[in-house]
Amino acid sequence: MPMKIGEKPFFGRVDDALENNFMRTAMASAQDRLRGRKLDATVRDEQIGDWEEWRSAGEEIRRHTLENLDYYLEQLSENFSRKGGHVYFADTAEDATRYIQEVAKKKGAKKITKAKSMVTEEIGLNEALEEIGCEVFETDLAEYILQIDDHDRPSHIVVPSLHKNKEQIRDTFRDKAGYTGTEEPRELTAFARSQLREVFLQADIGITGCNFAVAESGTVSLVTNEGNANMVTTYPDTQISVMGMERLVPTWKELDVMVNLLSRSAVGQKITTYITNLTPQLTEDSVDAPKEFHLVILDAGRSNALGTEFQSALHCIRCAACVNVCPVYRQIGGHAYGSIYQGPIGAVLTPILGGYEEYGELPFASSLCAACTEACPVRIPLHEQLIRHRENYAAQKGRTGERLAMKAFGIGASTPALFQGAVKGLPAIMKPLAEDEGISSGPGPLKLWTAVRDFPAPGNGNFRSWFKNHKQEGDS
Amino acid sequence: MEEWMKMKVSLFITCLAEMFYQNVAKDVVEILERLGCDVDFPKGQICCGQPAYNSGYRKDAQKAAKQMIKSFEHSEFVVTPSGSCAAMFKEYPELFKEEPEWRKRAEAVAGKTYEFTQFIVNVLHVEDVGAVYPASATYHTSCHMIRLLKETEAPFKLLKNVKGLELLPLENSYDCCGFGGTFAVKMAPISEQMVDEKIQHVEDSTATLLIAADNGCLMNIKGRIDRKGKPIEVKHIAQILNTRAEGRN
Repeated sequence: MPMKIGEKPFFGRVDDALENNFMRTAMASAQDRLRGRKLDATVRDEQIGDWEEWRSAGEEIRRHTLENLDYYLEQLSENFSRKGGHVYFADTAEDATRYIQEVAKKKGAKKITKAKSMVTEEIGLNEALEEIGCEVFETDLAEYILQIDDHDRPSHIVVPSLHKNKEQIRDTFRDKAGYTGTEEPRELTAFARSQLREVFLQADIGITGCNFAVAESGTVSLVTNEGNANMVTTYPDTQISVMGMERLVPTWKELDVMVNLLSRSAVGQKITTYITNLTPQLTEDSVDAPKEFHLVILDAGRSNALGTEFQSALHCIRCAACVNVCPVYRQIGGHAYGSIYQGPIGAVLTPILGGYEEYGELPFASSLCAACTEACPVRIPLHEQLIRHRENYAAQKGRTGERLAMKAFGIGASTPALFQGAVKGLPAIMKPLAEDEGISSGPGPLKLWTAVRDFPAPGNGNFRSWFKNHKQEGDS
Repeated sequence: MEEWMKMKVSLFITCLAEMFYQNVAKDVVEILERLGCDVDFPKGQICCGQPAYNSGYRKDAQKAAKQMIKSFEHSEFVVTPSGSCAAMFKEYPELFKEEPEWRKRAEAVAGKTYEFTQFIVNVLHVEDVGAVYPASATYHTSCHMIRLLKETEAPFKLLKNVKGLELLPLENSYDCCGFGGTFAVKMAPISEQMVDEKIQHVEDSTATLLIAADNGCLMNIKGRIDRKGKPIEVKHIAQILNTRAEGRN
C-alpha cells in the first residue's frame, strides 16, 4: 500500500472519523499529554538554553543542506560506496521497490525484518516484497500492531497506532496471534517481544528507514526507542536502508543538533533511548557489520519542491510536532487525511508528492491557526505553505462559482461606494431572516454557516453616519 | 488636553464590525477618545482581504489590500479591534513581493498598524482604562493575535484592571475555535466539532461571560452558543473596557 489511505473521498473519510468517538478521544488525550512533555523538554528545559535559538539553528542547518543538496548527496554517496556500501538513487517509488525486490531475489531472502519507516510505507515496500514471496515482519511495536491487524494504516508519523487503545490491541493480538493475556501494556509488549524474538534470529534481510544520513562519513542514523532497529540491523547479513533524498546532514555536528530537535519535539524526550549510527565498513575485521549494505535514496516527487516556494517543506524531520498541536487533526485523526503523512505537514507534503488531483482538499483542511508553524522545530512556515497550495489549487482547479464570488469580492473590496451601499442595504435584506438578534437559517452560502450556528443580524444604525455625527458633536 | 497634543489615530473598523457589530465599533472610538486620542475614520476602507487571500485568490486579495493601503497610508497610527485583520495588514508586504512600489507602501502601512488592546498597552502605555464590569468571565486568545501578531499579554493586562471582573482560566486556550474564515463553511463538519470543544471548555471554566478581541472568533462561538441555547454571554473586549462605575452597556 502506497502513500494513499482509503478509497473514500475526503468528506467521506472525515465523516467516518467524526463518528469514531474512541479515536477522537484518543487523539485529544494524546495531544494534551504530549503538549506538557514537549514544553518540559524544550522551552522549559533550562539546561539547553533558549529553545528559539535551537529552532533557528535547525532551520539554518536544513536550509543550508537543501540549498546544497546535490553536493551533500554526492558526498554521502561517495563515502557510503567507498566503505563498501551500495547506493541506489530511485526516481520513483516503483524504482525503489524494484531495486529492493532484486536484492531480495538475489539473496534468496524468505524472511525480512523491518524497523519503523514511513518512507517504506510511502513506497508500499511490504506489498512489493510479499508479491515476490517474502515474509515481511514489522518489528516496531506500533507497526507490528498495525501489521497483524490486517495491515491497518498508520495514523501518525511517530506513533503509527495512535488510533488504537489497549483493549483494541488486546483483541487484535487475541484474534490474530493467539494471545491469551490481559490489556496490560507490559503484558502486551512482552507478548509482541516473544513473537518477534524468533523472527529477528531468522531474518535474511533487515530493512530500515533513515532519520538522518551523515554526508561526511556515509552514515545512516536511526533515532529509536525500542531497540528493535538494532536487532534488525545486526542479525541479518544484508541490510537495506531507505531514505528520502532530503534526509541528510553535512556532518556529525549538525546531527547532534537535529537529533536534539527531533526527540525533544516529537515526544518530549531530552534524549532518545537509542541513536544507532550505521556506516558500512565491509572489511574482514568488521564483526558486527552486515556483509551487504544498500542505501536507497528516494526522490518520488520530492524534487517537485526544489527551487519552489515549497522547498522548505523538505526541511521536515518527521517529528510530528505540528500534528500534535493541530486542532483539525485533533478532531479527525490521521486516516481522514487519506495519506500516511497527516496533519499540517501531511497537508503540505502530500500534494507535493502526489498532486492536487488526488490530494487537493488537504490544504483546505486547516483553519490557518498557525499552531503548526509555531511548533515546527525547523521553522517551516506551514500555514503559509497551505495558502500557497490554495493559490495553486484555485488557479488550476478552482470552481467557477467560487472564482466569480472572489472576483466579486475583489471588486467590492476596492470600490467604497459599492461596499457602503451593501452595508446600508444589509439590514433590509437580512432583517426578514432574523429572529431576535440572530439568523438561524440563511440562503445560499449562509446555509452552511446556519446549519450549525446562528448568524448575526446586522446591527442597528450605520457606523459611518454615527461617527460623522459624533465628530460634529465633539467639534461644536 | 490640547488638540495638538493628541495622538492621531485612524480607526480601521473591519468589515465585520461595520456590518454586524457597530456597538463594538462605537466602544472602540469612545475608549480611544477617552484615552486622549484624536480618532479619524478613513472613508475608503473596506476589508483587509483575508477572505480572498486565505482561499487562494491572491489577485483579488491584492485589490482589497490596495484599497486599504490607499486609505491608511497618510495615517499616523492604524488601530483595529481585530488581531486577525491587523495580522493581515502585516502580511501586505509579502502580498506585494513582486510589486516593489506597492510593497514599499504596504510596509509603511504594516509598520504603523496595531491591534486595539496592543495599541492601548504598548503605545499609550495604559493598563487601567477605569472600566467596571462585575462578572465571572474567561478569555479566548485568538490564534492570529497570539501567533501572527505575537501579542499574548495586552488583553490580559487590560482585563486584570477591570473592577469586579473575575477572569477564570480556560483549558486548551491555545486551540483554534474553528472559525478560520471560509474554513467554517468549507470544512463545516470539522469546524463544528472544534467550536463545540471550545464551548465545552468555556462551560467547564464555569464562566458566564466569554470575552475575545476578534469579531470573527466571536461570531463563530456566539453563533454556536446561541444555537445550543447555552447561558453564556459573549462580548468583544471593547464592550467590557468601555464601562464606567456609573454603569454603561
